[in-house]
Amino acid sequence: MTLAEKILSAHTGRESVKVGEFVNVKVDMVMASDLTAHIAADQFEKMGAKRPFDPHKVVFVMDHFFPNKDVAAAEQIRRLREFSKKHDLLFIEAIDGGIEHVCLPEKGLVLPGDVVVGADSHTCTYGALGAFATGMGSTDIAVAMVTGEIWMKVPPTIKFNYQGKLPPWVTGKDLILYTIGRITVDGALYAAMEFTGEAIEELSMDGRFTMANMAVEAGAKTGIVAADEKTKAYMAGRTTRPYKVYTTDSAADYAAIVDYDVSKLEPQVAIPHSPDNVRSIGEVSDVRVDQVVIGSCTNGRLEDFEYAARILRDRRVHRDVRCIVIPGSQEVYLAALRAGIIEVFVRAGAVVGPPTCGPCVGGHMGILAAGERCASTTNRNFIGRMGSPRSEIYLVNPAVAAASAITGRLTDPKEVVDR
Amino acid sequence: MIRGKVHKFGKNIDTDAIIAAKYANITDPLELGKHCMENIDPDFGKRVEKGDIIVATTNFGCGSSREIAPVTIKGAGVAAVVAKSFARIFFRNAINTGLPLLECAEAVDASDPGDTLEIDLSTGTVRNVTKNLVFSAVPYPEFVTELIAAGGLVESVMKKMGRGG
Repeated sequence: MTLAEKILSAHTGRESVKVGEFVNVKVDMVMASDLTAHIAADQFEKMGAKRPFDPHKVVFVMDHFFPNKDVAAAEQIRRLREFSKKHDLLFIEAIDGGIEHVCLPEKGLVLPGDVVVGADSHTCTYGALGAFATGMGSTDIAVAMVTGEIWMKVPPTIKFNYQGKLPPWVTGKDLILYTIGRITVDGALYAAMEFTGEAIEELSMDGRFTMANMAVEAGAKTGIVAADEKTKAYMAGRTTRPYKVYTTDSAADYAAIVDYDVSKLEPQVAIPHSPDNVRSIGEVSDVRVDQVVIGSCTNGRLEDFEYAARILRDRRVHRDVRCIVIPGSQEVYLAALRAGIIEVFVRAGAVVGPPTCGPCVGGHMGILAAGERCASTTNRNFIGRMGSPRSEIYLVNPAVAAASAITGRLTDPKEVVDR
Repeated sequence: MIRGKVHKFGKNIDTDAIIAAKYANITDPLELGKHCMENIDPDFGKRVEKGDIIVATTNFGCGSSREIAPVTIKGAGVAAVVAKSFARIFFRNAINTGLPLLECAEAVDASDPGDTLEIDLSTGTVRNVTKNLVFSAVPYPEFVTELIAAGGLVESVMKKMGRGG
């Protein structure tokens, strides 16, 4: 069996599962955000449930419209806070909060070998830990909250094997954008994407989170990386709950195996209006930008900020550009502050905001006007995603975003650093 | 029997196109329906009539997990979506919110905007009345058919909870 099949099998209490089979899967963590939890709470109440199956395995994270962007958002969040108190759920908001997919791994709430379901499509992020994690809608999540189980169809696994060492300024973001560009936005529809190979072994945990995060952009049910020593080092001190490391059998049946030599890969850019509309940075370096966003569940972690800081240190953001930096969590914020990175950003002329999904989802804190273009480290460049339907989003890695903030156009980091 | 006019869309119609996240705090389906497809077809909400049918090519509903996407489509008055393929979270959400989906590539290729379609959900038959053509949609997996027959996921959980006392 593949890694994904083994985890599902272990959570159905059976020896094995087959691709295409419908199974009821026990879940280790159930998540919803302020954008989706209210419908889950409605369904929970409609079902007449007295309590969640296990309050320590249900978490609500306030992040999309946090800090409350308007009265409607404030009402939703207040209601969810009350609901969480009543049922003694885990509730993550201001004091130690941040974006769900950054927070949950940091807090040791999701572990290798877990099955995690969340009412957010980027729940697949936790696959970077060697967990089976997938997004669903609020009603499915409500059922998982009440019963501790949810139905799934066992997905086929596609293996993506990345050979070679990554060149400087080429990151996990570039690997996943390159992959989506090759296979398209439904190239892994319903499948699990398993990321392997030399470049993945070398990749940091932060880089792996970025890759697993965008598996959904290829239509996948999840993206997954087998846990290794880096994973164990990441988990150390974050949890006391025991976890299990699964790996794919050598005789496992993959639906397909895809090999990429990435030793000469350039930074990648997904141009409007689809994450599979991918170019190398050199092909689009004449595109002017009005805004740069560095952050999100895709690229709002410490390593992302270190990349950006290496570019922005002792340089100035272009006078025609708004550069908005959003740490993915309070933990990332504090680490960046201690490392002097926040000061680098502010001195460079970037604006540093509180942890939130804000601009990525077109909520607040960086909405685009008609005709404006944004170089963004986020995950989707759909029409109107960040504001006006006549604005444009270019998806890039944090170093490209920072370099573009300096020049005012899409820029290869090499160009700025070597200048 | 569903009978309505075709509104045709292309591939990869994402959930931000179906309903932008800025409307996520709206709970009234009719109000949501007014903003259906707003980012890619601003007049859709005005043009669409009750019982009409959305026809699209591949990967319909890709993107976010927002359950209001199928609710919005229903709220706009759309009776069913016929497509070549559906994104997986959207598929689950449509089942859970009662929006009929039909996977039928031939019907998509053969249908033009404004054509009248008749859909029999019990048999999965899609009839293009304008062109006098008949197609069969790919049936739902048995598991999903049983789930729908049981009144949906929430109903079936309630029944189980009732049994368990």
